[in-house]
Amino acid sequence: MMSAVQQKSSPSLSGRSGLLRSILTNPLGLIAATLLGAVVLIAIFAPLIAPFAPDDLQIFKVNAAPGDGYLLGGDGSGRDIFSRLVYGARNTLIGALITVSVSSVVGVTSGLFAGYFGGRREIVMSWISDGLMSLPSLIVLLAFYQSLGSSIEISMLVFGVMLAPGFYRLTRNLVNGVKHELYVDAARVSGLSDLRIIVGHILLVIRAPVIIQISVVAGISIVIQSGLQFLGLGDTSIPTWGGMLQDAFANMFVVPTAIFWPGLAISVTVASLVLLANAIRDRLQQGNRPVAVPNMPVLAVKPATVTEPVAEGVLLEVRDLVVGYPEKSGWTEVVKGVSLTLRRGEVLGLVGESGSGKTQTAFAMLGLLSTGGRILSGSIWFDSRDIANLPEEDMRKLRGRRIAYVPQEPMSNLDPAFRIGYQLTEPMVTVLGISKAEARERALTLLARVGMPNPLRTFNAYPHQISGGMAQRVLIARAISCNPDLLIADEPTTALDVTVQAEVLNLLRDLQAEMNMSVILVTHNFGVVADICHRVSVMKDGRVVETNDVTELFAAPRHDYTKMLLGAVLDDVTPRVYQPRSGKGVAA
Amino acid sequence: MTDGVIVECIDVNTHFGALHVLKNINLTVRAGETVGLVGESGSGKTTLGRAILGIGPVSSGRILFEGQDIAGIPPRDRKGNAAAIQAVFQDPYTSLNPSMTIEDILTEPIIARRQAGRAEASAKVRALLDQVALPSDAAFRYPREFSGGQRQRIAIARALALEPHLIVCDEPVSALDLSTQARVLDLFVEIQERTGVAYLFVSHDLAVVRHISHRVAVMRGGEIVEFGDCDQVTAKPQHSYTRRLLLAAPVADPVRQAERRAAFHALAVGER
Repeated sequence: MMSAVQQKSSPSLSGRSGLLRSILTNPLGLIAATLLGAVVLIAIFAPLIAPFAPDDLQIFKVNAAPGDGYLLGGDGSGRDIFSRLVYGARNTLIGALITVSVSSVVGVTSGLFAGYFGGRREIVMSWISDGLMSLPSLIVLLAFYQSLGSSIEISMLVFGVMLAPGFYRLTRNLVNGVKHELYVDAARVSGLSDLRIIVGHILLVIRAPVIIQISVVAGISIVIQSGLQFLGLGDTSIPTWGGMLQDAFANMFVVPTAIFWPGLAISVTVASLVLLANAIRDRLQQGNRPVAVPNMPVLAVKPATVTEPVAEGVLLEVRDLVVGYPEKSGWTEVVKGVSLTLRRGEVLGLVGESGSGKTQTAFAMLGLLSTGGRILSGSIWFDSRDIANLPEEDMRKLRGRRIAYVPQEPMSNLDPAFRIGYQLTEPMVTVLGISKAEARERALTLLARVGMPNPLRTFNAYPHQISGGMAQRVLIARAISCNPDLLIADEPTTALDVTVQAEVLNLLRDLQAEMNMSVILVTHNFGVVADICHRVSVMKDGRVVETNDVTELFAAPRHDYTKMLLGAVLDDVTPRVYQPRSGKGVAA
Repeated sequence: MTDGVIVECIDVNTHFGALHVLKNINLTVRAGETVGLVGESGSGKTTLGRAILGIGPVSSGRILFEGQDIAGIPPRDRKGNAAAIQAVFQDPYTSLNPSMTIEDILTEPIIARRQAGRAEASAKVRALLDQVALPSDAAFRYPREFSGGQRQRIAIARALALEPHLIVCDEPVSALDLSTQARVLDLFVEIQERTGVAYLFVSHDLAVVRHISHRVAVMRGGEIVEFGDCDQVTAKPQHSYTRRLLLAAPVADPVRQAERRAAFHALAVGER
């Protein structure tokens, strides 16, 4: 198990060359990158590609049609449109480069420092950023043009500063998301300075969204730059796409086609930049998006092989349950033929390590598999009715009323925006159809029953005002509020402190006996199993390897895997004996 | 420095605003020894570990490491052996930077402390991986390619890179599966016996602490309520809170757990 290196073949995302490679395998990304690469190469090698200098005039070729040396014809002053387009690429890209460099360097640097150090620095920088964002950039650019003259470089530099807040906000938020990760602490313990942590760890992790932003900003800056030049605010002596557009526009009634070429150049370049950004974003989001189900192999719906009725006194019988999730290569089974029997009034422990399929089995019973998950075959007989793949509407009628659920993380299962009282009474009003006053009465009784010292205060509290242990008691109260026959508890005490765990287990045990509920308890903790379960099913790799009575299981485990797990339990070890060493030179 | 004591906390206090999270902590760790620090959430055990590491605040008091006071000094300003104090954190999924190769992760402390150049540090990677029983080709992979237990081994290898005299372990096996947990604990013991490193082992799990510790300190509400030999604290506790903690942890045996549960209940009733 230890040697198994997981997901060896998964596409590399965090790898340095991996991101680039995976974008080039995306058709959209490949097209965008190729077009962009071509434009950049044309810009760099402009003197080699252009047949004429950009300012070469041939007076008899004013507004000439294509041909006779002028590949795309002549412009309003008799210059070669093709050559000007090639040199225009160079000047337009230089302008975009200035904007992108200024805005990204200023924005990312300030965002990194503001996010990492926080405090007053962040407040001051955010003021500056908000101030810049509130200025209308086009008007600022026009004002600067008036006072600083016609240089498009200065305009683009100013525009870069105007766009810096976008980078600042993005970077600061990303940094706030990762700066408390443990690897930052580990780097500090290793003795790295803040600067090296910022550059070596934080910038490395957040670089992808910043690259996306750079691509988008480059597109915007080309559009704005061309717009300024089209308005005649650029240096007319330098060939640019925007300037060509203006010239062609002036001669539009003479040569309508001339306007097409600079327009095409601008559109293709900007579109490539935006598509490239999209390709990167698609790649980044791919990891947590389930594969589209329509592409999946068709399910062969197997009729239940065993249709004989379940035995007397059995509330739930799971037969050969198979649960799968769609993957590129087909269905991946996470539960591979599980059979379980739960009698009325019994507590069944479902034990296993992570990845054993214990939670997926429980979720299949609740009809709450994650997106894409399906019961591929098998049956779940609940009170003499097969509820496997029951329509969601029918399942909803069962859940809450007859099958209840207690989750692992109490806090994330309470809505922070609503008072606890509302979250308790709402399901009762919906499921049981009782009045609000009645539900309130019942909720207060339940809160007292689950051990709340002051039920009314808890009823009126918001989730953040109570502790994790109290929140779990509230969820237990909610689960039992409709007198369910079956309670499914998924690691209900794992997130709790050990003394709170003991109390919550006591509560569960008392409630189970009092209401004669059947309980399925999913857990990895054999102590919890010994404490509360009557019978135990041990799961490994999606299968049940052993089902046994609880005393039998601990006294005489049958399966080797159970023996191995019990052997790993740390109870009853002999404490280590300290061998004094000298304080110096201890490390080998 | 008597009895080979390498860490000595003397009246350490920490305040977070109005909260008094460490109250007059006095604690010693000897060379080659494991001191378990056990307590529930909010007891201050992690805060104490971070104070010793230099990444958490100390309001007053002294922390002596091999004689020099390191309280409040950040790791990068620490000198000599104090600079080598290392950490293994709880969550193996966030304690390794996802964008760095294992080799970069393992060489980072060596290069940061200027103990060796990049080439020399890279040469050490194989030995480090070997110490934690990982294959040497792991060096060129990324953290996501490894399971939780393997990642924790990588984190241990990183902690060993500077040959420290003390490693602060903050819940290093809490996120691991039962069988993996046992193997990683064995690895901790094996490394200690071989290199003589001392551990301050922070955990909420009394069974884990009992398994690895020579001495155990029990924390509650920012105070150490009991500190003594492992067997005495974990089997015959003097303080009522330690008894409560011990009896609350369910034991993997239905008969004995029923007894323990009754005793826990009796204790709770008795305290009322």
